[in-house]
Amino acid sequence: MPRLVSHPDEVKIISRRFGLGATDIGKYIELDGYKAVQAAISKGPEWIISEMKASGLRGRGGAGFPTGMKWSFVPKQSEKAKYVLVNGDESEPGTCKDHLIFLYDPHAVIEGTMIAGIAIGAKMGFIYLRGEYRYLLKIMEKAVADAYAKGFLGKNIFGSGVDFDIVTQTGAGAYEVGEESALMESLEGKRGVPRIKPPFPAVVGLYGGPTVINNVETIASVPHILLMSGEAYAKVGSERNGGTRLFGISGHVERPGVYELPMGYNLKKAIYDVAGGVRGGKKLKAVVPGGSSTPVLTADEIDVGLDFDQMGKAGTMLGSGGIVVLDETVCMVEFALRTIKFYQHESCGWCIPCREGTDWLKKSITRLHEGGAVDKDIDNIRYLAENMLGRTFCPLGDAAAMPTIGFVQKFRKEFEDHLNGRGCPYKHSLEREEALV
Amino acid sequence: MADVTFTVDGKKLTAPAGTLLIDACKAAGIEVPAFCYYPGLSLQAACRMCVVRLEKVPKLQTACTTTVAEGMVVYTETDEIKQARKATIELLLGNHPLDCPVCDAGGECELQDMTFKYGAGESKYVEIKQHREEQQWSPVVYFDRPRCILCYRCVRVCGEGMDVWALGVENRGVSSVIAPNGGDHLNCEECGMCIDICPVGALTSGTYRYKTRPWEMNHVGTVCTHCGDGCKTTLGVRAVNDGVEIIRGDNRDKSGINGDFLCIKGRYAFDFANNQERLTKPLVRQADGKLASVNWEHAIDFAAQRLKEVRGSRGGKAIGVIGSNRTTNEENYLLQKFARTVLGTNNIDHHRTADYAAFTAALQGRADREASLRDFASAPAILLLGNDPTEQHPALAWQIRTNVRLNRARLYVANHAEIKLRRQAKAAVTIPQIGYASFVEYLSGNDGVFAGNANTSAFRDSVRKEESLLIVFGSEFRGRDIASLVQFGLSLPNVKFACLGDYANSRGAADMGVLPDLLPGYVPVSAPAHFAEEYGSALPTEPGFDMVEMFDAATRGDLSALYVVGSNPVARYGMDASALKNTFLIVQDMFLTETAVLADVIFPSANLYEKAGTATNTYGDLQLVKKAADKAGVRTDFELIVRLAEKMGTHPKNLVPFGKGVRADFGQSRGVQSGEADRHAVWLAANDLEPKLSPFDPFAIFDEIQRLVPAYNVPRLNLLAGNDEHLKSELVQIDTNATRRDLVLPSQDGLYTSGTLGNYSAKLKEVVASHTTMNATETAAD
Amino acid sequence: MATEKTTIFSPELAARFDKLVTLYPVRRSALVPMLLYAQDEVGYISTAVIAEVAERIGIRENDVQSVLSYYSMLRTKPAGKYNVQVCTNISCMVCDGYKILEHCKKRLGIGHKEVTSDGLFSLEEVECIGACCWAPAIQINYDFYDELTPEKMDQILDDYKAGRGKETV
Ligand SMILES: Cc1cc2nc3c(=O)[nH]c(=O)nc-3n(C[C@H](O)[C@H](O)[C@H](O)COP(=O)(O)O)c2cc1C
Ligand code: SF4
Ligand code: FES
Repeated sequence: MPRLVSHPDEVKIISRRFGLGATDIGKYIELDGYKAVQAAISKGPEWIISEMKASGLRGRGGAGFPTGMKWSFVPKQSEKAKYVLVNGDESEPGTCKDHLIFLYDPHAVIEGTMIAGIAIGAKMGFIYLRGEYRYLLKIMEKAVADAYAKGFLGKNIFGSGVDFDIVTQTGAGAYEVGEESALMESLEGKRGVPRIKPPFPAVVGLYGGPTVINNVETIASVPHILLMSGEAYAKVGSERNGGTRLFGISGHVERPGVYELPMGYNLKKAIYDVAGGVRGGKKLKAVVPGGSSTPVLTADEIDVGLDFDQMGKAGTMLGSGGIVVLDETVCMVEFALRTIKFYQHESCGWCIPCREGTDWLKKSITRLHEGGAVDKDIDNIRYLAENMLGRTFCPLGDAAAMPTIGFVQKFRKEFEDHLNGRGCPYKHSLEREEALV
Repeated sequence: MADVTFTVDGKKLTAPAGTLLIDACKAAGIEVPAFCYYPGLSLQAACRMCVVRLEKVPKLQTACTTTVAEGMVVYTETDEIKQARKATIELLLGNHPLDCPVCDAGGECELQDMTFKYGAGESKYVEIKQHREEQQWSPVVYFDRPRCILCYRCVRVCGEGMDVWALGVENRGVSSVIAPNGGDHLNCEECGMCIDICPVGALTSGTYRYKTRPWEMNHVGTVCTHCGDGCKTTLGVRAVNDGVEIIRGDNRDKSGINGDFLCIKGRYAFDFANNQERLTKPLVRQADGKLASVNWEHAIDFAAQRLKEVRGSRGGKAIGVIGSNRTTNEENYLLQKFARTVLGTNNIDHHRTADYAAFTAALQGRADREASLRDFASAPAILLLGNDPTEQHPALAWQIRTNVRLNRARLYVANHAEIKLRRQAKAAVTIPQIGYASFVEYLSGNDGVFAGNANTSAFRDSVRKEESLLIVFGSEFRGRDIASLVQFGLSLPNVKFACLGDYANSRGAADMGVLPDLLPGYVPVSAPAHFAEEYGSALPTEPGFDMVEMFDAATRGDLSALYVVGSNPVARYGMDASALKNTFLIVQDMFLTETAVLADVIFPSANLYEKAGTATNTYGDLQLVKKAADKAGVRTDFELIVRLAEKMGTHPKNLVPFGKGVRADFGQSRGVQSGEADRHAVWLAANDLEPKLSPFDPFAIFDEIQRLVPAYNVPRLNLLAGNDEHLKSELVQIDTNATRRDLVLPSQDGLYTSGTLGNYSAKLKEVVASHTTMNATETAAD
Repeated sequence: MATEKTTIFSPELAARFDKLVTLYPVRRSALVPMLLYAQDEVGYISTAVIAEVAERIGIRENDVQSVLSYYSMLRTKPAGKYNVQVCTNISCMVCDGYKILEHCKKRLGIGHKEVTSDGLFSLEEVECIGACCWAPAIQINYDFYDELTPEKMDQILDDYKAGRGKETV
């Protein structure tokens, strides 16, 4: 069972109810549950959206798009039914925050979904969990059933005359399905191949209707924002980055775990103070700051604020909030290899640069790591990654290319050390047999 | 939509708003490369070759999904774009087998062309390439997986275009693979569209693969010889010992009435021409009752003398002529002219598969009421009565599906069977097989004759609300039923009609007067008008025997000679073979058919791929037939008719007005074939005729047709350029009151059969056999 | 032809499918969950499962095939009763995830995607399972085990062998 952690620097908003038994609907109500949605019903869509805009909440799925603005793009009038879609596909390596929300505060997800629905005029919401999260689906299913039993969902919710239904379901193992339009395809019973954009989901989404799609954490933040007011929420965070965020700190730290820190919190402090510093007193080598697709930072580059803009300035991304800390023992070539293997395995195969590029990169880096590289390999790897960047159908290609470029750029020496048949100079590596198939 | 103005590579362009940038560029002569984009199929944006730079947009954009907008500024060939395309090609070539020297697509490969253009000449790839064995998916479809670049064209053309959905994608990422619906084989219509549309050599054809290199073939655009749709096809031919053989049929030039489309027959069933059983020497029945081969001179002379004798002794009335559904218009015209002016008889008919005479009568005098095959691709609404186009008129079915898919055309289907096109229909009703006529009455508003229900009445209401409608009907309609259908149609605004008949030139046979009571252009024999002047006073004016009457007359002993050209009435029309015991029978055919075996003289003849002329499809679209193949030993029906006439004492000039005007054939209609020009020259010299100008010139007859049959007087230049011209049907004059016997007998052909021809196509037989065994094993497994 | 529906699924699962297809605006939306539930019951996606699921949803079998081959949790061959899925992705990798994988290989005597001869266990190296902060982590069927050591791993496998394992379905 995932261990909960805490630290004095945390500002607990989303994680407020973690560990307090809020999976029980009675307990959730006791902890201010379902108040925000009632306020939302009585004050109406315009109020919700203006609060959301004021909150400065930016999408927690990775791209950081302002949530209030996203909701406001949904056309008021629509012939086709509108939908809310909650993205709980959480599959970016290094990321496990949504896991905790489903586990400890499922009603917050339901309530947030309802509020989003009211804001855009949808009568139906879908909560999609990755296939591996079956035990979390059970928790969500029970929470949804309890909400129906209380009359919070279904016809005429809270006696408001408004109907709202929620369907929960899981995928079956596919990272790409986390991409918003691929998620819609998957939910429609198809292969998880993304759609051509435009049209964007806000106009033509699920079943052809206008759809708001948000990350679980984004959605779970919504009730809290309405309860504390958008303005108050915004104040917690940094400039243009409202509120707090769940950061999962993993890898070589003393106290790994998911911490809720204000946006803009310093990365170095997060690693050294919050997570207790590098495990076993070893030296820090590198940090992958926001899930495996974000370009790596060296030990010298981590004095930076954890928000979308500051991380962007530092040449990387805030991403999904999954901070992976690497100590001096890690072979960066092997790390790069494990990263690209993932993207090779998860590429949907639709477009040429991603499909062929990830495979080629995987093969080249494998060879490099095993000692069979030729001189031009390092430049080739970089050439391939650079030629995938910005050319693929969806951002998965970038997600594979960006970190690869980062590894070669910042740890070129380690790549060179692997050349000329010497293979991996880091002896601690175990023998690895099969590649993932 | 309104036009917008935008700039591409510094050029100001205009196009309707909403046009795809890739199409707008193409229209302006700016080529934007693409693998996955294919006009008319759903958009993919998967290959990333068509990337262009839009001003003020941070990333390169795909031209295949960008629609043009006012003021848009586009660059299509900057260094950045060239590099992007080069990299994409490099990525594709990484794992692509470079077996171009043996690949079927070599020389016609879009990947090769683009590699050449974007110069990915040096390979960075040092990994081991994944080899996979080639798979055979059906008698006609092979798949070479490593060559596949996953453009999904095949998947889309099979699903969206054909509505067959036999191809899909399995697995993901680099393991993604195009997969057939039967696991290791295809369950499909075997149309081969997937092969044609494949930009590389991943899908190859069972008939063509590894036979030749594309540049070693000649390519001849002509008309398919199978069904009444008359698709344009490009035949790949090459010289062989005994002539010129066809090795490939496709629709590469996409210029014809069928656009991209060919069905299994058009694409593969040209192989009847290479069948070993093909006759190549004239045969004459000997005293012992056996057929023996003789030389041409002897055979023609023998047949001509016998015909002359019968004409002399019993008159033209004792001679019958049966024409063909698969010869050219010129040959059919010539045949009836020969019958009427040389043999002096109106006893001429052919196997009718549609009642074109009744149709023409019903439409009499009305301009522009006949639908071209092209119209079905754009009409806003279509009413299909009877027939099953998916099986019997594959190109029509293709046009209708395309129209429904791309233009949301409304299709109404009334049929006694569960035909597949119901899947595209906006509304469909099931009516009794004998209920078509009463259903038309019902449509006209007469409730008494047809037991309607809510569904039929909604159907009727929708149809009657249409403001522009094509009505297309099958052989369920004949005679008076056609008249009432046309009458109903004319009560609605903007209606056009199409009458469905079965063979490649059934329509031409009827139009050219291969009928006992009608001259070319449906002019009654009883009132021959200008034909009397042209053909001379000997023209018989009493209607002759129809097909059935000829056999009756033969039984009675009243038919002493029968001349059958390219037809097999015994097998296909169910005529009694024994009726011909005492009739002198001349048959012109490719094979020893059920009718030919009875003959006294057999002339081995050429087929539609081996001659020139014109043919008319069932919709009245006239097209040029070009000579593609050649077979030593055979002669065209045209030549044979002229020679017979000449031996009977008619000067060829009286039959074929060759050498007149400037339209004479200088060999262009014959193509570049073996020895034929010499053969003509010798014959011409021997007969004291002007060299260079041939009495076998189909254009000389075409001149005459254009002069005497006004509907055929269409602009000729377009025709010669290989395009179709729709007949001017309003000019056809016919007596509307005459009642005719219903002699229509549908061919009963489906996708894999083609009358007598089909019996000689090894490919069709192979496909049928494989479908039969497949069905058997699949049922057994259940 | 029999009018009564024959099914290869248990009555509960059949009833679940009947319900599932009604939840969504289009029937096909039930496809992915249906395949997963069918796999849970049957053990893998057999051709019979494909045929019945296709029929229940009203799509072609090759469409089902095309979809199922996309998702990595769906398999067309049987796995062990307990499918041990070891994450070796980045967080787990740096926290000795590969050691756990090696340990499982040795302990079970099988490799990636193999099944023990008694059919009890199968082993799979998988991508990140969303337990990075509690690395190294594994799943056995749908149940998570984290902060593993080889010793802990042995204990877990012993428990399953003895029939004391968790079983989320
Ligand atoms: C390849 C890929 C995978 C993604 N995976 C996830 C995911 O697992 N969870 C998620 O919330 N967003 C994921 N996203 C981002 C979504 O596309 C989308 O931006 C997000 O769900 C929007 O929600 P937000 O605005 O609340 O962040 C992914 C994007 C891409 C391109
Ligand atoms: S970048 Fe292309 S192949 Fe990769 S996941 Fe996206 S669409 Fe699929
Ligand atoms: S990396 Fe193993 S659970 Fe995320």
